[in-house]
Amino acid sequence: MTDANAEHFFEESFGLSTALYCQLLSRSLSRGGDFAEIFLEYRVSERIVLEEGLVKNPTRSISKGAGVRVLWQERTAYAYTADLTATELLAAADVASHIANTPRSFQTVLGSRTKPEHDLYSNETPIVELFLHEKLDVLKRADSAARAYDPRIREVRVLLLNETCIVSVINSEGVFVSDCRPLTRFGVFAVAQDGQSRQMGQKGGGGRVGRDFFEKKTPESFSTDAGRLAILALTADPAPAGEMEVVLGPGWPGILLHEAVGHGLEADFNRKKTSAFAGFVGQQVASPECTVVDDGTIPQLRGSLNVDDEGTRTECTVLIEKGILRGFMQDRLSARLTGAALTGNGRRENYKHIPLPRMTNTYMLAGKQTPEEIIASVERGLFAPNFGGGQVDITNGKFVFSTSEAYLIEKGKVSRPVRGATLVGNGPDVLKRVAAVGNDLAFDEGVGTCGKGGQSVPVGVGMPTVKIRNMTVGGTRL
Amino acid sequence: MSSRVAVHTELQETAEEAVRQALRYGADQADAVLLSEKGFQVTTRNGEVESLKQAGSKALGLRVFLDQRTAMVSTSDLALVTVESLVQEALATAGHTSSDAFVSLPEPELYRDLPFTQDWLDIEGLEIPPATTIALAAAAETAARNLDRRIQNSEGATFSDSEIVWCYANSYGYSGRFPSSIFSLSTTPIAVEDGMMQRDYWFSVSHFLNKLNSPQEVGETAARRALRRLGARKVSTCEVPVVFDSLTAASVIGEICNALNGAAIYQKASFLADRLGDLIASPRVTLLDDPTICQGLGSRPFDGEGLLTKPVSLVQEGKLENYLLDCYSARKLGLRPTANAFRSIATPPTPGPSNFYLKAGAAAPQDLIASVKRGLYVTELIGFGVDIVSGDYSRGAVGLWIEGGEAVYPVEEIIIGGNLNTMLQELELVANDLEFRGPIASPTFKISRMTVSGK
Repeated sequence: MTDANAEHFFEESFGLSTALYCQLLSRSLSRGGDFAEIFLEYRVSERIVLEEGLVKNPTRSISKGAGVRVLWQERTAYAYTADLTATELLAAADVASHIANTPRSFQTVLGSRTKPEHDLYSNETPIVELFLHEKLDVLKRADSAARAYDPRIREVRVLLLNETCIVSVINSEGVFVSDCRPLTRFGVFAVAQDGQSRQMGQKGGGGRVGRDFFEKKTPESFSTDAGRLAILALTADPAPAGEMEVVLGPGWPGILLHEAVGHGLEADFNRKKTSAFAGFVGQQVASPECTVVDDGTIPQLRGSLNVDDEGTRTECTVLIEKGILRGFMQDRLSARLTGAALTGNGRRENYKHIPLPRMTNTYMLAGKQTPEEIIASVERGLFAPNFGGGQVDITNGKFVFSTSEAYLIEKGKVSRPVRGATLVGNGPDVLKRVAAVGNDLAFDEGVGTCGKGGQSVPVGVGMPTVKIRNMTVGGTRL
Repeated sequence: MSSRVAVHTELQETAEEAVRQALRYGADQADAVLLSEKGFQVTTRNGEVESLKQAGSKALGLRVFLDQRTAMVSTSDLALVTVESLVQEALATAGHTSSDAFVSLPEPELYRDLPFTQDWLDIEGLEIPPATTIALAAAAETAARNLDRRIQNSEGATFSDSEIVWCYANSYGYSGRFPSSIFSLSTTPIAVEDGMMQRDYWFSVSHFLNKLNSPQEVGETAARRALRRLGARKVSTCEVPVVFDSLTAASVIGEICNALNGAAIYQKASFLADRLGDLIASPRVTLLDDPTICQGLGSRPFDGEGLLTKPVSLVQEGKLENYLLDCYSARKLGLRPTANAFRSIATPPTPGPSNFYLKAGAAAPQDLIASVKRGLYVTELIGFGVDIVSGDYSRGAVGLWIEGGEAVYPVEEIIIGGNLNTMLQELELVANDLEFRGPIASPTFKISRMTVSGK
């Protein structure tokens, strides 16, 4: 599939028509709703695993469906169906219309079909459509490289997930747009064993990429990193416990921003005043060295979108500028209720879900110091260049994220490796304790998935090397 | 035959037909699963409807076997022509995979127990009118608000009902279905004091509408949980005994459950691999998986490969006796399958729990807190700092600080650290408050020593 045939995909494949869309919108608003929207989705995905050197259980899935949404005042109604037929869609529109209760006759004029203004994906040779043997070759190369890394690597699992998703959004305010989105995630998981000690290492990457992804970054390079992390963990000491200076490496450690400030700056929580950041616009929430943006327009990144799941063009939205809180990430509902401009952050996991304000790629702009200067400025602390997952309670602002690679810093030098540990902080406060921002902004390699309200969406993060004063590290060594 | 039974029969026949298609196109063996879901969900906030959602979906997953190779396909497009083309695609894909002697359906003799039909379908409950569901949700939210003037905001309350039909069919001619209904009610109030906000939640979930806790109980419990967090402090880093309440205890038991997963075991990706027969925990620890618990949220008549389910003892008074096994992991480990195959529409079977729990002890939960001179009572865990390969455990925690056997003030912004291996050995006391609120449950328990990281 390519962009060109995505545009008329649902009409050509399922016999839907612009006349039907018009009828659906009119039916949806027949009881007085303020806004109606049709979301159509068709997704082809595959999952290939190489485990114990064997290709096991490759899976391929086709999922299709549609959701009809009606907004009325602060209320939302949503009805979805997996059947893309006029009967089922009209029934969904009928159900959704009931949220409003001032029956009126309403004739919708469909907006004209537009193409997304962005063209951010690599759709030339979608990986999902490559011959299987070509993909198996990638997995086998990764498997061999991980096993060859060290004789103590005992088990290797390689995972390749690919999908292409076509969406169309048609609403009562004239949006009529389609988008064809590729997504690939590749990962290597290695288990190392030495005597009784068993440790794992993992590394992954991907994005809205095509075949050329593995030309730029070889499968072997992921394996080497996974193997290195597993072997490193065999000799790592227990992590320290307590408050200390922490230096976060560039790239994936940007998950700090995602958890500490990102979720708290989603518009729905602020409209409802349930976020620890509610009412802080214009105030200082970070050190003046910190500028944080959410940017859905970076080519091929995992969190990027030509249009969001409400058909809005994605933007680069400034969240925090030189330490001052500037604004929130919006979906249509929150933007309409608070009079804010759309930012292209209305996202949903699939057609079964109501869109919510969500992050795309959230990152901090580069500062001036070199990473070496930052490390050298720490007397005793933790250097953490790699992380696993994180979580936040947006109401009290407390967040955690867990290292997957960390070292002690002693007298300005990176010293012994330490085992994984969780770091904890307070969102509205942690960025005020940023003591140095590096000049080495990097993005994560494309494996992030964010959960909110039971919905998972792919996201990206980015950050330069950053030093934070007094962060609590949850190791076991007192 | 009622129309509902007719619809369910038709779904089961669709799964059977997909298996026949696979054989027709040359598969040695095949099995299919079909999931149909219909549901309604309402969220109220500040007493008003915030959102209504009506759901309807069906999807089919098919697994084919050919010359000791296998592949899977799934689709929400049940049109015959789509299923046919997917069958062909699956067979072509299987041809590219590695030959693996352990790959086939479970042995036919494992199916000698006839599929028994069971349904936990509350047909009356599913007829509940939307106006009543809205009133139930609003009542839970109001009960929270009314408990204390410090409950000043809310993330709302949600009521949902759904009807789920799960069908299985394979090329031995074995076929079965399991229809069920699920009802749930939850609310998330926000307590405010001195300009600081705290949220917490509570919920009730059941196969039967009349078994749900009352909105009053759900709302007031949620409010009490949010209120007790007000004024939380950070404590100094220390090593102390830690008591986990029944919700967080279930989370720890869930990590142990992951480490007992047969797929992690044969890949040596668990700290419990190669330890069958060992004493891996204190004698207080008995871990069971019981798919036959009446109306249990994880109960089911057959597993993801159609095998009749039965109770399994994993750890008996500290001794590791078995793992959670599907057919493939059982063969890899030279054990018998425990009928713990879990399967979604789009992914291959993998071992998983049904109703997995730590056996209750005799003490009251309060006695466990009373046994601690200085320590932590954990009521919430956040983050992903658990590694089942090494057993390393490090998670963000919220709870109450214990001094002289009494909970004295709330704590937050701390991390508890340890290793699951040691935690199992040092699991010193188990309370008597086992209650299933999901497929994994645990009574309150106490671990004699963990690192608490704070100031």
